[in-house]
Amino acid sequence: MATDAVVVKRSAGRRLAGLFHGRRRLQIGSLLAAPMAWLVILYLGSLVVLLITAFWTVNPLSGTVIKEFSLENFEELVNVPVYREIVWRTVRTAILVTFTDAIIAFPIAFYMAKIAGRKTKALLVVAVLMPLWASYLVKIIAWRAILAEHGVLNWALSPLGLHGPGEGVTSVWLVMSYLWLPYMVLPIFAGLERIPDSLISASEDLGAHPLTTFRRVVLPLSFPAVVAGSIFTFSLTLGDYLAPKLVSNEQFIGTSIFDSITNNQPFAAAFALVPIVVVIAYLGVARKLGAFEHV
Amino acid sequence: MRLSKRAKIILRACVGLALTFIYIPLLVILVEAFNSSRILKWPPPSFTFHWFGQAVESESAREALVTSIEAGAVAMLIAVVLGTLISLAVGRRHFFGRDTISFLVVLPIALPGIVTGVAFSNTFTQVLGISLSLMTVIIGHATFCIVVVYNNVVARLRRSSGSFEEASADLGADPWQTFRWVTFPSLRSALGAGALLAFALSFDEIIVTNFTIGAGEETLPIWIYHNLFRPKELPIVPAVAVILILLSIIPVYLAHRLSSDDGGLTPGRGAAARASAPAAIAEAEATAAH
Amino acid sequence: MRREKDRHAARTAWFVVAGLVAFMLVLAGCGGGSSTSGGSTGSGGGGGEELQKLGKGEGELNLISWAGYVEPEWVKPFEGESGCKVNDKVAGTSDEMVKLMETGQYDGVSASGNATARLWAAHEVAPVNVSLVPNYKTVFADLKGQPYNTFEGKPYGIPHGRGANLLMWNKNDVTPPPSSWEITLNPKVAAKYSGHITQYDDPMSIAEGALYLMNHEKSLGIENPYELNEEQFDAAVELMKEQKPNVGEYWSSAEQQIEGFANGSNQVGTTWQYQYFALKGENEPVEASPASQGFLPKEGATGWSDTWMISAHAKHPNCMYMWMNYIISPKANAEVAEFFGEAPAQEKACEHTKNPNFCSEYHAEEPAFWKRVWYWQTPLSECSEGGETDCMNYNDWVRAWTEIKG
Repeated sequence: MATDAVVVKRSAGRRLAGLFHGRRRLQIGSLLAAPMAWLVILYLGSLVVLLITAFWTVNPLSGTVIKEFSLENFEELVNVPVYREIVWRTVRTAILVTFTDAIIAFPIAFYMAKIAGRKTKALLVVAVLMPLWASYLVKIIAWRAILAEHGVLNWALSPLGLHGPGEGVTSVWLVMSYLWLPYMVLPIFAGLERIPDSLISASEDLGAHPLTTFRRVVLPLSFPAVVAGSIFTFSLTLGDYLAPKLVSNEQFIGTSIFDSITNNQPFAAAFALVPIVVVIAYLGVARKLGAFEHV
Repeated sequence: MRLSKRAKIILRACVGLALTFIYIPLLVILVEAFNSSRILKWPPPSFTFHWFGQAVESESAREALVTSIEAGAVAMLIAVVLGTLISLAVGRRHFFGRDTISFLVVLPIALPGIVTGVAFSNTFTQVLGISLSLMTVIIGHATFCIVVVYNNVVARLRRSSGSFEEASADLGADPWQTFRWVTFPSLRSALGAGALLAFALSFDEIIVTNFTIGAGEETLPIWIYHNLFRPKELPIVPAVAVILILLSIIPVYLAHRLSSDDGGLTPGRGAAARASAPAAIAEAEATAAH
Repeated sequence: MRREKDRHAARTAWFVVAGLVAFMLVLAGCGGGSSTSGGSTGSGGGGGEELQKLGKGEGELNLISWAGYVEPEWVKPFEGESGCKVNDKVAGTSDEMVKLMETGQYDGVSASGNATARLWAAHEVAPVNVSLVPNYKTVFADLKGQPYNTFEGKPYGIPHGRGANLLMWNKNDVTPPPSSWEITLNPKVAAKYSGHITQYDDPMSIAEGALYLMNHEKSLGIENPYELNEEQFDAAVELMKEQKPNVGEYWSSAEQQIEGFANGSNQVGTTWQYQYFALKGENEPVEASPASQGFLPKEGATGWSDTWMISAHAKHPNCMYMWMNYIISPKANAEVAEFFGEAPAQEKACEHTKNPNFCSEYHAEEPAFWKRVWYWQTPLSECSEGGETDCMNYNDWVRAWTEIKG
């Protein structure tokens, strides 16, 4: 162990030697060797295995994987209408959650970044972050208790003669919006923080109405941050399976993958390629918009 | 920004509403933790401290907490080492393939957890023939934690210039000395924030964990998951959650210290340690796009 | 300039991916040969050899069970006398049990009839040497040598107990008390409770639809709700699809359903004895078909007969044998049966139940009663009668279940 440590130390030293002197390629190579081995072989490799597994099938009785090339899983995904339905439902929910979070998050982030005093700002940051420390599952349980027939929501609404949404797509939308809200607030906050106050003052001094300043200065400059946050809300909604399982009876991409992994791993792998494609397409669109460059 | 009184009032109302939305479920948890019924009922028939006693005494919960801390700590260490190495390579220089690397670092957190989970469990069990264990969980966690360390460190490297290192080298320091006495001190708080964030991400992770954990092992989120499905003692879960929130004051405080350590940064920056996960993507993407 | 760079990056990325694909293909190819678990023979099933002689306990035992089968009340004494520390994993569905067994990390499982054949076919379970399980002798005769626990003439497990899936309702919401499954399955009747019906989230639920049709649509000619030809199957699936808009929750864990009934979201649906008694214990206003109706709605019910099976890869086989013998010992089997609310497998358990009438209430000793209970079984292409092969198999059931849920 001790000698290992020495070796690590020395090699680290040697690598750093490369940082400042000598041949660049070698320096970069030696710094990157370990992390790239990890990310490329272990992670990308696993994704490739996923891709390969997607072409396998299972024995219907035993569930044993048959490692022979077949397009069966993809044919099923494309041909059985229910899967298209599930994908569309999930993507729709993900988009809806993203918009909801952006709408809720922007005012609070704007207030934190541009209006609140130093102390209020610090307090608000902690207030927004706090729920992240409560376990994700526990928050879903809380929502179950809220949305239940005899739950908090109906208890609060009944004096008004109203009735909550119960469990369904609406509740999934509500719970997901709740769970991922901080992931939207914080990048927008950070993005707004980076807009120099002088720019806003300049707009105001030139006689722009606050709304105009907001529309022409603040919004365009903070838009990339909104997109950054949206990657989270979108991707997290796309892959979640516990929230839909616990607060609705609807199937989403995540729940379908989860259900099929127990008896048909290759099919689960094929289905998992769907969110990969969707997320990469989403990243591509976001990048085309040039949205990331100024964050 | 100068706003009219009315605009300010509207804005405050929005903030108030958003905070209400954020806090109502947490309040529900707090109330349910004192619920005397074995089932989560609303409103609770009466109140009791019983579940807190159960939570503190629960051996399985304690074991799960220790497991979670272990997994988080090891995943964090791996992420710190790998993330720092990448940022040192990428941080101050442009080279061929750099964009690809940034993208690769971001990918594990941008793709849904279920994909990472399925991919790893497939590879481990079907191809490599490794049985699932805490080790496989750690591998999964470390993979998506690299990005947060990378992001924090790379951002710091970009902000500081390389002139101190050059000066140090010119003054005859060997590279290790330069790293130890010049580079490292300037990175320390960024590393700390990244590490803390990595730990936090690992600590609450359940989706990848659920797919990669071995028989008979429980991290805390898995323990909660199991207790959801193990009847008769459900309110122990909110009680544990309340204890966890209280314990989280420690990392929040640490984060705050790290941020004040930072000097010129905004007050929220360090405390917002977890926020840099989304920011990480943006930042790395920005790198990729340049 | 930027374009150029992007293109370079893209090309590198593709090279990396292509190389990886090649590398992984090789790896996967190698893995293919070695990683098929259990026995390597293609036909038949089962794996490993039966234990010949009981040795000393290994100190540990990893089990997969249904909720309520492995509880401290009877596990503690077992740990004390055997020295085997029990780690239990509760599974919500048979699919999950099969999956968990495939990890090879568990010693045994309390499998229902829809898992046993699959576990056997996957070479995941080993035959049981019943001479090493003395309590097996006094297990009810009609539980031994059944198609779901005996393969190629060899016993592959120890019967644990049996029961019917119940129809449960909240008596404040559902009046008059239902005596037929039509309350959840006949769309006209079920509409009254729309959004508050609960159904077990498992392909096996299709058999409930088939059982209903067996009684109400005699022209379909269904004789066994698990052996359905295409026409019968489509009719059952159609019925379940019509049920879907009325379903509030497809439950996949006992606790989820207990909570659903307790907080009012669920009002009527299929359940297990376990949830029923747990809710009763909390003084919730739930009711199930009364003893006077034999606990069954008039159509009868689907049900299960569970079997403790030993893994072909068990690391603690001696402890597993001790457990199998222990769990059907008169006292322990009585405890678990009463706790869960099922008919015990052990004849002598009837002398140890706290409720002296328990066995008669649960019809433990009446083989005729169990004729109306259709134990879960794995649907196979080969129908048992006449060796026809036009039945829908489990894969069809799984796919249909996904479509039913929409």
